[in-house]
Amino acid sequence: MSRRLTLRITQGTFSFLPDLTDEQIAAQIRYALERGWAMSVEYTDDPHPRNPYWEMWGLPMFDLPVEDVALVMREVRACREAYPNHYVKVIAYDASYGRQTTALSFIVNRPAHEPGLRLERVDAHDRVMRYRLHPYAADKPVGARYLNGSQP
Amino acid sequence: MAISTSPAPQVKKGRWASGVTPYAEMGYFDADYVPRDTDILAAFRITPQPGVDPVEAAAAVAGESSTATWTVVWTDRLTAHEHYQAKAYEVSPVPGREGEYIAKIAYDLDLFEEGSIANMTSSIIGNVFGFKALKALRLEDLRIPTQYVKTFQGPPHGIVMEREYLDKFGRPLLGATVKPKLGLSARNYGRVVYEALRGGLDFTKDDENINSQPFMRWRDRYLYATEGVNRASAATGEVKGHYMNVTAATMEDMYERAEFAKEIGSLIIMMDLTVGYTAMQSMSKWARRNGMILHLHRAGHGTYTRQKTHGVSFRVIAKWCRLLGVDHLHAGTVVGKLEGDPSMIEGYYDTLRLDHVPENLQNGIYFDQDWASLPAVMPVASGGIHAGQMHQLLRYLGEDVVLQFGCGTIGHPMGIAAGATANRVAVEAMIQARNEGRDYFQEGPDILADAAKGCPELNAALQVWKDVTFDFQSTDTPDYVLTPTPV
Repeated sequence: MSRRLTLRITQGTFSFLPDLTDEQIAAQIRYALERGWAMSVEYTDDPHPRNPYWEMWGLPMFDLPVEDVALVMREVRACREAYPNHYVKVIAYDASYGRQTTALSFIVNRPAHEPGLRLERVDAHDRVMRYRLHPYAADKPVGARYLNGSQP
Repeated sequence: MAISTSPAPQVKKGRWASGVTPYAEMGYFDADYVPRDTDILAAFRITPQPGVDPVEAAAAVAGESSTATWTVVWTDRLTAHEHYQAKAYEVSPVPGREGEYIAKIAYDLDLFEEGSIANMTSSIIGNVFGFKALKALRLEDLRIPTQYVKTFQGPPHGIVMEREYLDKFGRPLLGATVKPKLGLSARNYGRVVYEALRGGLDFTKDDENINSQPFMRWRDRYLYATEGVNRASAATGEVKGHYMNVTAATMEDMYERAEFAKEIGSLIIMMDLTVGYTAMQSMSKWARRNGMILHLHRAGHGTYTRQKTHGVSFRVIAKWCRLLGVDHLHAGTVVGKLEGDPSMIEGYYDTLRLDHVPENLQNGIYFDQDWASLPAVMPVASGGIHAGQMHQLLRYLGEDVVLQFGCGTIGHPMGIAAGATANRVAVEAMIQARNEGRDYFQEGPDILADAAKGCPELNAALQVWKDVTFDFQSTDTPDYVLTPTPV
């Protein structure tokens, strides 16, 4: 049997690997800074797959020299400490002409317990089914989700 | 070295005298012609019949793909005929290939209808490939001027929009074609979709010949596949998709299937190259109108792209497909079971992904091509690839690619989801190692072995397929291995 029956939100580039250590996160940040990409940190308690707007932990950090890996890591740690039971991701943004989009994005913090998403089905017509994805945690208001890693 | 003159015929007849005049003398060869920025340029590989002068053969190709016919017609004089004549302007022997020549031909933009691949193909390859004076003829490459590029819509979304929509960045996308290709009932088919997607793939795919057969009608397949997609999305929190093949007998049928795919919430559909350029261009416009990612399976292309001396190179097909507008196009694997010389495939991938593709004879690119911000097409690598080749796939194909592991997922000894997990772990481990600055190409097997220590699914995949390679000689190879030396 696959291990993947227990839920783990697998958005982001490295979600199928063991959670990255700080050293491994720093190595990815270094790779991004070497390419001149802007860095940002975002967090959310709404892991719906079509939620593109996680909350921004400050503005993106532009024009950082490679030596500033530690500065980005400080922001990562600060965001994790402020939101220990949220999803936190690191984003590298490539503003170069023709690209102008995210170049790399990976989760660096997740709630201790991830209840996942409910799939609701509604019969429409002629065997057509309407599907609705709903994060269990979103039943509670913003800020009250994933508290202490408890189950909703 | 370009050949500049042909031997003068013994008796010269007037340009407009009735009868047969050599094409070269009718103005279809002009060594002094300087191509204009607005011309469409073609590079043909010509193999003249014994005794046929290569310049005359090149002029004949230019003539027969533009205004000429076999005998002089006085009605040419009712037109500004020199304007409409295609002009062969350079004929060069191919190094190391006796009897073969590259003829470069310029076509004025006026010869083509705006925004119509059907028209461009009918003009350039419509009439010349059966020409008796040639043993063989191959369209190697085209230069499409910006003025003509801008008459096409291009990919409905392109690589950037697709990635933002999928919320997947910084790694190749992963897919699998549902197997067996034929015979599964719709309910069993949807099971494969669900298992592969929840195991870690981003996409599953109908095969080219899965349309609407007696064992599984299209509507039933779409419904069960959609169940699989949504369940997998709920199980992973990721955006997932299944390419619904809308290839059908008529355009009306294709629209009906596409509309249904849209109604049930599919984010991607596919079609086969066999439907033809007009149908593909129609589906492209439909896809942009309806926010549907459009995948193209290049079914049948091998009949005319594979042989070196005759047909149309795939890089030309790739250009036509980028213009007419698809988001995905199969473009070879290098290491898999299907034809593909690494340099040639690099040329196809560049053609699909770059905004400016510089001339590069080693990769079979004969002209600079500027795409003028036309969105890029995501190349798809499919056919006999598996997790154990991940370092090679990343090295040869890069990051903006869909890696389709059909049997490399479904044939996994622990099941379909396990096969998908093996592929996903392998790609993430390889990206991680590359970004950390490791020499992932050399250390690839070690990187995979390390990742497999924590992942029994990957470990099993590496064991089962460790010795599988497809090491055959490619038929379509570059002629210009080093900087070409004039012959």
